[in-house]
Amino acid sequence: MTTYIPIADRDEELHDHPHSFITKWVFSQDHKVIAIQYGCTSIFVGLIALVLSGLMRLQLGYPDSFAFIDPADYYQFVTMHGMIMVVYLLTALFLGGFGNYLIPLQLGARDMVFPFLNMLSYWFFFISVLILLASFLVSGGPTGAGWTLYPPQAILRGTPGHDMGITLMLASLAVFIVAFTMGGLNYVTTVLQARTHGMTLMRMPLSIWGIFVATILGLFAFPALFVSAVMMVFDKIVGTSFFMPAILSLGEAVDHKGGSPILFQHLFWFFGHPEVYIVALPAFGLVSDVISTHARKNIFGYRMMVWAIVAIGALSFIVWAHHMYVSGMNPYFGFFFAFTTLVIAVPTAIKVYNWVLTLWQGNIRLTVPMLFAMGFIFTFVHGGLTGIFLGNVTIDLPLSDTYFVIAHFHMVMGVSPVLVLFASLYHWFPKMSGKMFNQTMAKVHFWGTFLGTYAIYLPMHYLGFLGVPRRYYSYGTTDFIPDSAQTLNANITNAAIFVGIIQMLFIINMVWSVFKGKKADPNPWEATTLEWQTPENPPGHGNWGSKLPVVYRWAYEYSVPGVKADFVPQTIPPEEVEMEEGAGPYIYRGEEEHA
Amino acid sequence: MSNQAVDKVGHWQTVCDDWGDDKQAFKVHWGKFMMWIFLVSDTFIFSCFLVGYMKVRMTVTDPWPFPSEVFALTLFGNSIPLILIAIMTFILITSSGTMALAVRFSHFRDKKRIAQFMFITAAFGASFVGMQAFEWSKLIAEGVRPWVNPFGAPQFGSVFFMITGFHGLHVSIGVIYLITVAMKILKGHYDKTDYEIVEIAGLYWHFVDLVWVFIFAFFYLW
Repeated sequence: MTTYIPIADRDEELHDHPHSFITKWVFSQDHKVIAIQYGCTSIFVGLIALVLSGLMRLQLGYPDSFAFIDPADYYQFVTMHGMIMVVYLLTALFLGGFGNYLIPLQLGARDMVFPFLNMLSYWFFFISVLILLASFLVSGGPTGAGWTLYPPQAILRGTPGHDMGITLMLASLAVFIVAFTMGGLNYVTTVLQARTHGMTLMRMPLSIWGIFVATILGLFAFPALFVSAVMMVFDKIVGTSFFMPAILSLGEAVDHKGGSPILFQHLFWFFGHPEVYIVALPAFGLVSDVISTHARKNIFGYRMMVWAIVAIGALSFIVWAHHMYVSGMNPYFGFFFAFTTLVIAVPTAIKVYNWVLTLWQGNIRLTVPMLFAMGFIFTFVHGGLTGIFLGNVTIDLPLSDTYFVIAHFHMVMGVSPVLVLFASLYHWFPKMSGKMFNQTMAKVHFWGTFLGTYAIYLPMHYLGFLGVPRRYYSYGTTDFIPDSAQTLNANITNAAIFVGIIQMLFIINMVWSVFKGKKADPNPWEATTLEWQTPENPPGHGNWGSKLPVVYRWAYEYSVPGVKADFVPQTIPPEEVEMEEGAGPYIYRGEEEHA
Repeated sequence: MSNQAVDKVGHWQTVCDDWGDDKQAFKVHWGKFMMWIFLVSDTFIFSCFLVGYMKVRMTVTDPWPFPSEVFALTLFGNSIPLILIAIMTFILITSSGTMALAVRFSHFRDKKRIAQFMFITAAFGASFVGMQAFEWSKLIAEGVRPWVNPFGAPQFGSVFFMITGFHGLHVSIGVIYLITVAMKILKGHYDKTDYEIVEIAGLYWHFVDLVWVFIFAFFYLW
């Protein structure tokens, strides 16, 4: 038997460098190109979802003013907005985009372990997006079942898109899951098996920890969605009754009987809750690195940050039924799930304290990525606190299905991860493109987005307390909703349109900078991690030239007393670190002591 | 770490140090590791199918048919319950044995024997799928469909076709996978490297076999 040689110890494998346009930019196996493909595709569908949300808001803010939005359209906008944002934008951009880009670069690998599978992953994702968009073109339009796609209503007549829309939606999800699995296997295996010399697990940047744990969650949670999609497609097309009970639809008895709609809810949320953390954990990781870099200070409690990510990931699998308090389940279940839900607040709070303590007495540079990262701390704390309300059964019941819920999850898993996305996109843009973006435009983008989202979501909490239900096309006249609520709604809409439009600044900035931007320094933020130490900028095929980098320390060696520069890259040998006059030799305190 | 140090901090510390060391966490081929992760993920898919089946079986309004009667074959005038399933299970488990032999010969780098046993394994797998097709056509001839079932609850048919179909798909993919790998081995594609691919394919095959044991227990014996 031959002994197996670790990937980092092998000679440079003969990479056939691609030359034609097609192999270099279209069917590329280079993780950086795949990352950018993932990024552009997901941002493109994200923009569609943004437009859909604007249309929804127009209807809610100015009911009966827009003849082209009828109730069916409205439900289709709601559904597609939610599904695209959660799955096709956030999941794809964090894991397919940043996962692909950062894992090999931050760990000192030449590429993912299985580049061909990685390329297939992107193209399956691309097909899933095409199927998703195709549902806008078929008769009946896309499904209007709400992003949770609850049966029986999802496939009954009367629901918009019940004929083709729902089938395409489920097919698209199934293809997406196949794509994610192919990518996810690569991410996990690369993290565990292809790190460079000296890159121990406890020296990995927190970005990698977040992406790594989120990918594991995805590989274990997406199967539940896959199974429920398969079963619902059978209910819809073949006429089985997995989820369909015997009920009347538009006055006629349906052909189904004996199925269990609750089963779908369990399967969906067994996926759906880990999905929240599939989005949040990479955001936690990326924002930790951004905060530490721009505060010129090591991340506070690195070891605790890692364990908090792992603990949150593990707990996320046993909280799913807190989405189902009103489903009529056994109250003892509610007790259990409320308990586990509130336990998650502990590791999450550890993370928030550590971010704040990293900022404490740091040499903060108010760069664009830092602004977004600090904005994230605000919105995340805000959304997290309302989560404590909703995690308790007795408080959740009256607030269920109101705008309070909308405000909560948009704050905590909409705005917060999106702010991290912007922080990370601005932070890594100089590395990805080799160009610098326009600072002024980016700062206007930040303040517009940050203040604008508060203008949208803060008033929604109040609407929720009033009992204004979500997913209503229009409210008519009721006893419990005062007229002033409509004034609020109109102003929320104005803010939403404003925030939507200001996102164009981001797009313009990125596109303009790629072509006309100033050439960026290889390490503009003076960061320590490996991707900033590549021989070329942007990194070339194979990333590291002829020799893999060697890692001597953790990723957070900032502002070390006695050291001349305020950062020590991971790749510089200890004897080459320049010291101030009179200071003794450089001593690495080790990641153990920072715990 | 010296032995004394091990005594001092305990074995857990050394386990953690090994696992968290640089380059790689497990001393295995990356492909084998990737297959393990994939199989864990696939386990979640089959578990969700089986849990879904159990839940549906609890909610149905019509009586659930007796599997031993539905899956009986009449041979030589006697109705023998579950006989076909017994043979299919026996064949699949035997194929795991032949696969293990192929892996054994991969350690000796005996190309001919590896390919031989992989082809035998694939043949067992193909005959399993063939018998499954026979079982499907028998049930379909008796009037069982995913949406209707003359023996009782229609969900019986839905679950049966869905789960055995999904498993049969795995076996079919496995057969193609084994044949492809065996052909490549014969052509000398792996001569310069190692024969880890045999073990990786073997992992998949044993997994498909193991899943069948669960489907057999939960669907046919319950």
